[in-house]
Amino acid sequence: MQFGIFTVGDVTPDPTTGRTPTEGERIKAMTAIALKAEEVGLDVFATGEHHNPPFVPSSPTTMLGWIAARTERLVLSTATTLITTNDPVKIAEDYAMLQHLSGGRVDLVMGRGNTGPVYPWFGKDIRDGIRLAVENYALLHRLWREDVVDWEGKYRTPLHGFTSTPRPLDGVPPFVWHGSIRSPEIAEQAAYYGDGFFANNIFWPKEHYQKLIGLYRRRFAHYGHGSEEQAIVGLGGQVFMRERSQDAVREFRPYFDNAPVYGHGPSLEEFTRDTPLTVGSPDQVIEKTLKFRDYFGDYQRQLFLMDHAGLPLKTVLEQLDLLGEKVVPVLREEFARNRPANVPDAPTHASLLAAASNPPASPTASDS
Amino acid sequence: MDALQLIVVSAGLRQPSSTRLLADRLAAAAERDLQLHGRDVRVEVIELRDLAVHIANNLVTGFPNAELGDALRDVEHADGLIVVSPIFSASYSGLFKSFFDLIDPMALSGTPVLIAATGGSARHSLALEHALRPLFSYLHATVVPTAVYAATEDWGGEAAEFVGRIDRAAGELAALLTLREPKPRDSDIEDEDEVIPFEQLLAG
Repeated sequence: MQFGIFTVGDVTPDPTTGRTPTEGERIKAMTAIALKAEEVGLDVFATGEHHNPPFVPSSPTTMLGWIAARTERLVLSTATTLITTNDPVKIAEDYAMLQHLSGGRVDLVMGRGNTGPVYPWFGKDIRDGIRLAVENYALLHRLWREDVVDWEGKYRTPLHGFTSTPRPLDGVPPFVWHGSIRSPEIAEQAAYYGDGFFANNIFWPKEHYQKLIGLYRRRFAHYGHGSEEQAIVGLGGQVFMRERSQDAVREFRPYFDNAPVYGHGPSLEEFTRDTPLTVGSPDQVIEKTLKFRDYFGDYQRQLFLMDHAGLPLKTVLEQLDLLGEKVVPVLREEFARNRPANVPDAPTHASLLAAASNPPASPTASDS
Repeated sequence: MDALQLIVVSAGLRQPSSTRLLADRLAAAAERDLQLHGRDVRVEVIELRDLAVHIANNLVTGFPNAELGDALRDVEHADGLIVVSPIFSASYSGLFKSFFDLIDPMALSGTPVLIAATGGSARHSLALEHALRPLFSYLHATVVPTAVYAATEDWGGEAAEFVGRIDRAAGELAALLTLREPKPRDSDIEDEDEVIPFEQLLAG
């Protein structure tokens, strides 16, 4: 099982000081957080993609390339890549390049974004959101798998005799997850391709995500990629920790109360009761995170949102120390306990390469 | 046959509330008419006042808490609706509108709805026709022809006209409801039906 962090890249005033970091400070903070993630033993760093203030990460592969050059093991991912408004050809090129530079430490989470005007800014129509996600990904999927592509679709210029370069590292395309907060079509898309499904698991109560993940698992089996238990599920989550839970609540409350998304709405107490947010001691974080397996089944990837709502860099780095020292080692051990042998790990470049060079004799060969 | 589910939404703010009083009169009249038609009906009342903070939180966070989620589901799965709002500033109350803003825009397609309102004087009665009726037409509901407005004076006035209007509206709602099979309540079955096979999505 993989553990890591994902970031939205918001530039938000610290409500306790009123100070807003500059864009430059925020970008530097994001990369410092990524390096820290590797240092404390996490497996994954994922950045959001946004094209409007107050967010800075408009150019994910530039940032991830910088991080790749300064890390050894960390898997670099996205949360999410806008499959609707980006040209799939550019996604194919950018992430294949990142694959080569990082030695295969790349995967992507496809998403549709949360900002309506991004569609018109990039020449698209928000009403085509799902259809764009379907067509663009179908093209991207081919660009990474076929050396020469002839293609015509509805939403971009046709391609005749097109070769996306560089070709994926070792001929193995990056693994793809599809993220969705509410669309069953996206769970269906992930299932159809045998790709992963990532539920951000931040805002909504668990029942909502249980439906989407349940649908994805059933359709994954329907399309013959394995059993429902073998589907590749990733989850988000958000936590704020101090050794003593009352300290965590006291320190986090002003950040929660003024957070861009849910601030000035429900109380911290209501939100921790109704959603996956945990504010408390490392043990409380462990306890709540372990419950995700009861709700959603054995899964492959757990990412935490740690650096939002104006939290200062120093605090976030302390949070990552706690995550790496106190929380993740226990979660690794506990999630491994009683994990059925046929539940796969999250695909990596190495595992995909091995699978490509030794294809299983039958779909059930890995069970024996 | 299963009982029909009649949901009454009352947006009154006071306790006791004349909006709720009107809602109860309408519900009782509709229930009586349905029983005359030989139909079982289960009536449930949703008081929006009790959900006011949850409604505001849903607007901010994008999701309902459990209590509000139940209320939204009840309305979306109702066989018929009686909706009653006080008239504030020439229209339905903001709380009433905020609640219906959270309803899935397709969920009320074809659902029979009786619209009603209360106000201090009869001068605001056409808000029913200018505000509530278009709202429910937008939601593709079937709004019964008679809308019921109760001004303060109606509670002590000439009974025949006011009661006659309640009975007429309730009768129209009951007539539409008697034609209906109760909606299926098993949400899992509906969810499986929602899956569009991917080949179909790919075909555009």
